[in-house]
Amino acid sequence: MPKYMLLLYRDEPSPQEREERASELPLWVQFNESLRDAGLLISGDPLHPPDAATTVRVRSEETEILDGPFAVTKEYLVGYYLLECADLDEALKQAARVPLARYGSVEVRPVVDLGPPATAGEEAAAAP
Amino acid sequence: MNAAGEGRPGEEPLAVERAFREERAAVLATLIRHVGDFQLAEDAVQDAFAAAVATWPRDGVPSNPGAWITTAARRRAIDRLRRTRSLADRTDRLAELVRLDLQEHRSVTEDSLIADDRLRLIFTCCHPALAMPARVALTLRTLGGLTTAEVAHAFVVSEPTMGKRIVRAKRKIADAHIPYRVPSDDELPDRLGGVLRVVYLIFSEGYSASAGDRLVRGELCGEAIRLGRLLYRLMPDEAEVGGLLALVLLHDARRAARVDAEGGYVALDQQDRSRWDQGRIREGLQALDRTVRLRRPGQYQLQAAITALHIQASDANATDWARIAALYGALVKLSPSPVVELNRAAAVGFASGPDAGLELLEPLLGNAGLERYQPLHATHAELLRRAGDLAGARRAYERAIELSANAVERSELERRLHTLNPS
Repeated sequence: MPKYMLLLYRDEPSPQEREERASELPLWVQFNESLRDAGLLISGDPLHPPDAATTVRVRSEETEILDGPFAVTKEYLVGYYLLECADLDEALKQAARVPLARYGSVEVRPVVDLGPPATAGEEAAAAP
Repeated sequence: MNAAGEGRPGEEPLAVERAFREERAAVLATLIRHVGDFQLAEDAVQDAFAAAVATWPRDGVPSNPGAWITTAARRRAIDRLRRTRSLADRTDRLAELVRLDLQEHRSVTEDSLIADDRLRLIFTCCHPALAMPARVALTLRTLGGLTTAEVAHAFVVSEPTMGKRIVRAKRKIADAHIPYRVPSDDELPDRLGGVLRVVYLIFSEGYSASAGDRLVRGELCGEAIRLGRLLYRLMPDEAEVGGLLALVLLHDARRAARVDAEGGYVALDQQDRSRWDQGRIREGLQALDRTVRLRRPGQYQLQAAITALHIQASDANATDWARIAALYGALVKLSPSPVVELNRAAAVGFASGPDAGLELLEPLLGNAGLERYQPLHATHAELLRRAGDLAGARRAYERAIELSANAVERSELERRLHTLNPS
């Protein structure tokens, strides 16, 4: 079955909104459980805000470490789900059920299928 | 001109072309289901037609060109699948294709699956995860018989741009696993609305006289009608499908009469009604009658009903404006838009007098989106003239003339402006 990454984006909440969102917790618990029950959930987590981000680059063997996100944007990544769905329709249906979809944006990205691990038989023989 | 003929010299290219137009979409749709890969199926069908071009002149046109193309395309797909090492499930696909190839008669299940294949293909090409221009291009390219060059020409973009748009859409279908199926009942109304919108856009692109080559534009209208008929045959009980087919047929019936000998635009009330296509009108009215009896009104049915009333009037003066105004009233409720409101105001102006029309039109004058819309000011001018406000009418005509992009339209507006002057 194809895998999909659901990337959850939203803009910085006001303190009042933050409180409102905190009261949404049961909705998230319920949503996560429904994904688990349907056998779709591989993983999913909220992320700390970009304040907590560190960006790493290696250039000419030198490791650069930067305090902050790779790109500063108004809407930023706040969490993700990795799902296994029958097709895009299923993934889009689940994306619309993410509680954040009502005030933020959910980007659905298909995960590249690298095929079964080349361990036995033909595949292994075909490997260069 | 017999496709099943014994291959008289010179007939073969025509036979291939006819098979291409009539069978390509159906063969492609079924092959996509079998191989589960849009691009592979398309390449195999392309190979099959290339083989037809090469062998039919030598061996004669087969008695069933469609079946010949189907078999040839399937065998090309088998060859291509054997060469492709990247498809994880190619063994199953291959086994199924080989089984089909060995089978002499199709099973009943296979027959009923084939009937739905083009419907599956339409829903895939018109999937909401694809941007509207991509949906339109992909639908024309895969379900219509148009080449990429023709689609590009019709939408006034370069061929490489259109080619990239189509390739990107097909790649997304494969990478994101956009399903190849008719949506379930609970999703159907929404998704069908999206499909009908694509067909409607193809038609209006062809029908609008704004730019481009008239021949290719006629081709677009023809493709939209073919798609409309196909959907109507496959989903006869979906009211809006019949509504859309009726709408495009009734509009297309007047296509020739909309243009005069010099290529200028001719307004509805000035058209030579003997140039209307009676066959299209009959077919359109039939679809509309049958659809209205399903008692599930929708925007396409309402627009078709309005068009039908215009067509059924013996001349422009005999138009049943009261019923047209009532239908616009229903349309405003069902799919509100400033342009629909404007048309309603114009119809009410004819049905109940200019003051009633002005009452509906005046709120629209403040609409920023309509401010530069020439028909708003032309309609306003007509209503003011008939209400006796000649100074107001003059100002509105001048504004309309200023906004008119079309020489024929402008000279008609100028003629009307001059009739305001007391001689």
